[in-house]
Amino acid sequence: MSGKEDKGKVGVKELSPIDVYKLLPRTNCKECGEENCMAFATKIVNREVSIEKCKPLLKKEFEKAYKQLKEMLKPAIKEIVVGAGDKTVKIGGKLVMYRHELTYFNPTAIAIDVADEMPEDEIISRIRRVEEFRYEYIGQILKLDMIAVRSTSNDPDKFKATVRKVAENTKLPMILCSLNPNVLEAGLMAAPKARPLLYAATKDNWREMAELALMYGCPLTVSAPNNPKLLKSLAKTLVEYGVEDLVLDPGTFAGDGLADTLNNFTMIRRAACKQGDELLGFPLMGVPMTVWLNSAGLAQEIVKWREAYLAAMLIVRYADILIMHSLDGWALLPDVVLRANVYTDPRKPVAVEPGLKVFGTPDENSPVMFTTNFALTYYTVASDIESAKINAYLLVIDTEGTAVDSGVAGRKLTAEKVAEAIKISGIENKVKHRKIIIPGKAARLSGEIEELSGWQVLVGPRDSSEIPKFLQEKWQNP
Amino acid sequence: MAEKKEKDETIVGLKLDSRLLELIAKIQEVELEDFELQASDLEIWFQPGAVAAPVIAPPQKAVAPPAKAKPTQILEAEFVPPVETYPGKVVEVKLGRVNGKSIVIGGESTPAFYTFERPTPHPPVISLDVFDMEVPLPKAVKMHVKDVIGDPAAWAKLAVDKFGADLITIHLISIDPLVKNASPKEAVKTVEAVAQAVDVPLVIGGCGDPAKDADVFQEVCETFAGERFLISSITRDMDVERCAKFIKKNGQAALAFTPMDLNIARELNRRLYDFLPKEDIVMDLTTAALGYGLEYAFTNMERARLAALMGDPELAHPMSSGTTNAWAAREAWLKMAPEWEPRELRGPLWEVVTALTLLLAGVDLFMMMHPAAVKTVKDVIAQLMGGKSGNSESLMEWVTAKI
Repeated sequence: MSGKEDKGKVGVKELSPIDVYKLLPRTNCKECGEENCMAFATKIVNREVSIEKCKPLLKKEFEKAYKQLKEMLKPAIKEIVVGAGDKTVKIGGKLVMYRHELTYFNPTAIAIDVADEMPEDEIISRIRRVEEFRYEYIGQILKLDMIAVRSTSNDPDKFKATVRKVAENTKLPMILCSLNPNVLEAGLMAAPKARPLLYAATKDNWREMAELALMYGCPLTVSAPNNPKLLKSLAKTLVEYGVEDLVLDPGTFAGDGLADTLNNFTMIRRAACKQGDELLGFPLMGVPMTVWLNSAGLAQEIVKWREAYLAAMLIVRYADILIMHSLDGWALLPDVVLRANVYTDPRKPVAVEPGLKVFGTPDENSPVMFTTNFALTYYTVASDIESAKINAYLLVIDTEGTAVDSGVAGRKLTAEKVAEAIKISGIENKVKHRKIIIPGKAARLSGEIEELSGWQVLVGPRDSSEIPKFLQEKWQNP
Repeated sequence: MAEKKEKDETIVGLKLDSRLLELIAKIQEVELEDFELQASDLEIWFQPGAVAAPVIAPPQKAVAPPAKAKPTQILEAEFVPPVETYPGKVVEVKLGRVNGKSIVIGGESTPAFYTFERPTPHPPVISLDVFDMEVPLPKAVKMHVKDVIGDPAAWAKLAVDKFGADLITIHLISIDPLVKNASPKEAVKTVEAVAQAVDVPLVIGGCGDPAKDADVFQEVCETFAGERFLISSITRDMDVERCAKFIKKNGQAALAFTPMDLNIARELNRRLYDFLPKEDIVMDLTTAALGYGLEYAFTNMERARLAALMGDPELAHPMSSGTTNAWAAREAWLKMAPEWEPRELRGPLWEVVTALTLLLAGVDLFMMMHPAAVKTVKDVIAQLMGGKSGNSESLMEWVTAKI
């Protein structure tokens, strides 16, 4: 595979630690926490720390080098901050087009809409549901990120009142949506310091929108459905006008036009990442909620289903921010899980620290179980034990981040490892019994484990959600 | 038209009609042995990413404009679609029946659905799973096939006629020495029944035992010489030479299955090249479920496809995905807290999202299970192939739409 790297690319990947090192103070002062400047430069190139950690570099005498480094490390896609105060959302900041080239930064932000003609209690309840949406996944909490406030009334006063209502009820960043600058301005007046994302400048209103963005210091979305040339022209115009923070909306078509949508997103991202086209180097917005247009007569579940899979395709194909309408958990769950997947760092296996974990307040008669240190396995098992409020010991075996079944198949999970882990953990001093519950998927190791560890093996369930039932039957009433 | 669509969706159970609601209401207990598919194959390999990316034109840096008066009209900018050419191309593999339907997959000369570069030569296809004996299935799937479980021919017919399968995968579970240890002759009988019931190409699925699979595959290949089945799968722990020879001799095609590692995939393909032409090989790089390693499957497949286009011949094969693995994720089938229900919708959507993610990585052949998921993926493929334009005039109405 080597030797085929892309030669002409503007490049984050070709950047070598030496390039960075040359511009650093080179005093090896260790203020950044690294042993020397070269180690720091390596971390900079890998995007593991920010350049600002080098305090001397921020001094006046290094101003030129600092600026040069900033330019050198600039992502292909500009990072835009939406919102103010505690809860801001960062979008864009992408360094690469393909995930395997480095890592995707700043997960696709998901905004849920409310409209200024919705009854007040509906608006409040939608905001509550967005705020309360949470799903635990491998030790992360998956959440929704923003509220998109749409003016369906086209009435400035109504919009103003609605934006005020939203701002009073949530700290989540907002997207203010209206193509009418007067309406948008009324909304901005209700939350002048909130730095919402404005939606949207078009070929007809770009000037007024630019003025609003400058006056209130807000990022601005540029919209040109299925017209990348116009989108780029508008971006050029707005940049020259002085608006620095743009978001590009190439148009999201469901059904007819889906091919154009994917092509537009892909072409724009490629132009920015591979050709260094700075006018297209802004975050991309997808609007899966366009599926609700012309949906009269269709069952709601079908529309929600379409919205969910359109969002998934856009998460895979370069969207940095999405506006959605459905708030159904079954529809949103696959999208937030997909987002978490695509935005994990491909350079690091998803693993947790091996060792003995204690749940609740176990005593000398409490059950002892084991699992692997693959993060997904561990957190799944841990959450099942926690939610059942079980007092137990869980031994986490180092399987180099593989799951139970693949660990057994690939010899990363062996009886030797289990026996050794039992010994090292000190569990023999904590419980007076000598029984270990092993995952059902590791059943074939049971004989060997008994032999090597001297512990009696109980083969547990194949899925950890069955642990409470298993313990009830086999531990409490043996 | 809309009415017809709705009717179709009712048929496949996507629409929550009263019958479905009734079914949801009845479901009380979680079946923990609900479902498992090729779990032993689901190895996840972590590897630092580095891959050839398309060669592109030198960067055309946009020059920062000097400060000047604010523009008063739109400043026109050039937009040239960033089209590339690639030295490599994916081989075409033909599957099909002597007196029935044929399909061709592969042939891509651009990344998946980069249709601004070149049209996609052949639409990706979907093979539906049919099992030769009763197996535990997720409830959401089972409700659609309960009448045909145990009758592979009827199951295959239902999958083709009603669910729109382009191919049928007949899983010969009963040949497993640890299950029923059915003989190769019995397996042939099953395949015969399915082959008579439908005229679409068949994928012949083994039980995972390397020795038994080889015996059964040989019997099937010889009995149905020239039918151009896809033999699923040839793995590293099998007698690769023997398998490749009877596949070649009888005009069938091989599905080369490897855990998630491109070097291992290359190695198996190289071993097959000694006996099989490239046009006889499809590769399966392992599909992990959404939430359970899908990112590795996605990245691995995307890398394989880009490498193929960059001229790596050992990866220039159409890709198959065991998308049914989506159901290995507990979120696909488990009864969860009310805010995530109903699982009758969550499960098939899990399969859809797994499939579409991999569709965009370059998969050519999907092995799937839930009828609503199959219909959705077919619809999306048709939309991406058909390339009809959306209505740009009315699109912005979403801003003011009263929903």
